[in-house]
Amino acid sequence: MKPGKRLILFFLPGTVLYLALFVYPTLTGLYYSITDWDGLSPSYRYVGADNYARLAEDIVFRKSFANNLKFMLAVVLVQTAVSLALALQLTKKNKRTVALRALFFVPTVLSSVSVGFIWTFIYDPSLGALNGLLEKLGLGALTQNWLGDMNLAIFSVAAVQAWAHIGQMIVLYVAGLQAIPPELLEAARLDGGTRGQVFRKVTWPLLAPAAAIVVSYTTIQSFKAFDLVFTMTGGGPAYSTEILSTFIYGAAFTNGTFGFASAASVVFLALISLITYLQFRLLRADRVSY
Amino acid sequence: MRGLGRIALAAYASVILLPLMLLVFTTMKTTPEFYADPLGLPRRWDFSHYRELFDGQTMWRYFGNSAVVTLSTVALELLLAGMIAYGILRSGRKLGGFMFALFAAGLMVPSQVNMIPIYSLLRKLGWTNSLTGLVLVSAAVLLPLSVFMLSGFMRTLPKEMLEAGAIDGAGEATLLVRIVFPLCAPYLASTAAFLFVIVWNDLLFPMLLVGGKDKLTLPLALLQFRGEFVTDYPMLLTGVVVSTVPMIVLFVFLQRYFISGALAGSLKG
Repeated sequence: MKPGKRLILFFLPGTVLYLALFVYPTLTGLYYSITDWDGLSPSYRYVGADNYARLAEDIVFRKSFANNLKFMLAVVLVQTAVSLALALQLTKKNKRTVALRALFFVPTVLSSVSVGFIWTFIYDPSLGALNGLLEKLGLGALTQNWLGDMNLAIFSVAAVQAWAHIGQMIVLYVAGLQAIPPELLEAARLDGGTRGQVFRKVTWPLLAPAAAIVVSYTTIQSFKAFDLVFTMTGGGPAYSTEILSTFIYGAAFTNGTFGFASAASVVFLALISLITYLQFRLLRADRVSY
Repeated sequence: MRGLGRIALAAYASVILLPLMLLVFTTMKTTPEFYADPLGLPRRWDFSHYRELFDGQTMWRYFGNSAVVTLSTVALELLLAGMIAYGILRSGRKLGGFMFALFAAGLMVPSQVNMIPIYSLLRKLGWTNSLTGLVLVSAAVLLPLSVFMLSGFMRTLPKEMLEAGAIDGAGEATLLVRIVFPLCAPYLASTAAFLFVIVWNDLLFPMLLVGGKDKLTLPLALLQFRGEFVTDYPMLLTGVVVSTVPMIVLFVFLQRYFISGALAGSLKG
């Protein structure tokens, strides 16, 4: 037998499962998006691009899209910056840095439902620790209804999303930083470079590949966030935290408009692909090798 | 600069630690004590919420469900993805490249995109409210990620080992089981740790696919809990602690694998 033929048996079981429960459903989703299926009836009508036209005019869908971008920008900014700042302090290998890296990683292993509940409690306007702490510090004026305020809620959830993933990003940055040959930094310092100069001229360009991974991972991860928003606010108050994934979930499983929800998920897929493509173009440009 | 760095680390350590300490302390307070002073330290160690939670069989049941689903999914996943990654490694550029692309394409498709048709398909097949259905779906959905991770790892194996084995007349299955899997053991462990976290904590697919009270996994049970206890935070957070402890214990002992798994798993971007 040719080697390829013998290997087919290795591919077979996983590929069958993948085609049946992943690829085939993904394709049927495309088809549902041009029907008016409610998810239950045995029959449905073909409606062409109607669902897509309705989406374009749907106020909540537009709001979800805008919220998605807000959430994504907030998370990307906080998560990539904070994890970089911390990673720079954690590059050396000793007991203290290893312990801190492990501590920072802990939120990553918690379920988003658990994280969501912990922070719903901390954000609770009357019983929560955040307002309680502000009161105790004499900053009572700063207390907020963190998850109940329409302008604030999405950022409150974004902060939790960053809290949950910063540890994971630190791991990526530290791996990138440790790959930088120490001799290079040494040489730059011996040549009289200040800390700032060494960082800008040596560390940063060499860290760029790791930073690119952190930024693109965080962008996609926050764009498709679901669990935290679903557990903490359910999209409220008044759709102020509704994002695309909660919109799709609600349209399908609360309102039973499967065709319409499928159209929204096709748009969602197109957006994810677009973001991935743009990042690929943007971030590849500034990779430096050494 | 030095000092600033230390302050940043200490500040962030408290951003992680304080919420977790608050979490544990809150579960140790009786409910009236909590309402009287929500942020104070517990007056004494009170485990009544934990006792109440484990009263009856349901909590154990949820634990069991989560354990069965997670362990079977991860085991099935390592087996199937391991075979595929091995196939990709051993087959030529054309077939191997095609198979890799087929699975890598799946990385682009988030669950929100195919959750609706997966749900409809499972209902049509009559597999809803079955843990087996949940395991099969979770395994299928995670294949792109695991194939990607494992083929990345397997590419780093020394080719000569396999060639030597093949010359000695070992079949592909023997090579996989006797040479590749043992050599890959730490990588398999990292992948397993990464997948374990995802499956144990998954909300979306359990929520869609299992609804019966006897089939709930821990995250679902927690959601349902909130319905029962609304703002009885001590009780609710006891559920959080209990469902989290196994993960924390595993993390403490297998830290290395969790971290290297997260590193490899995040590179898919």
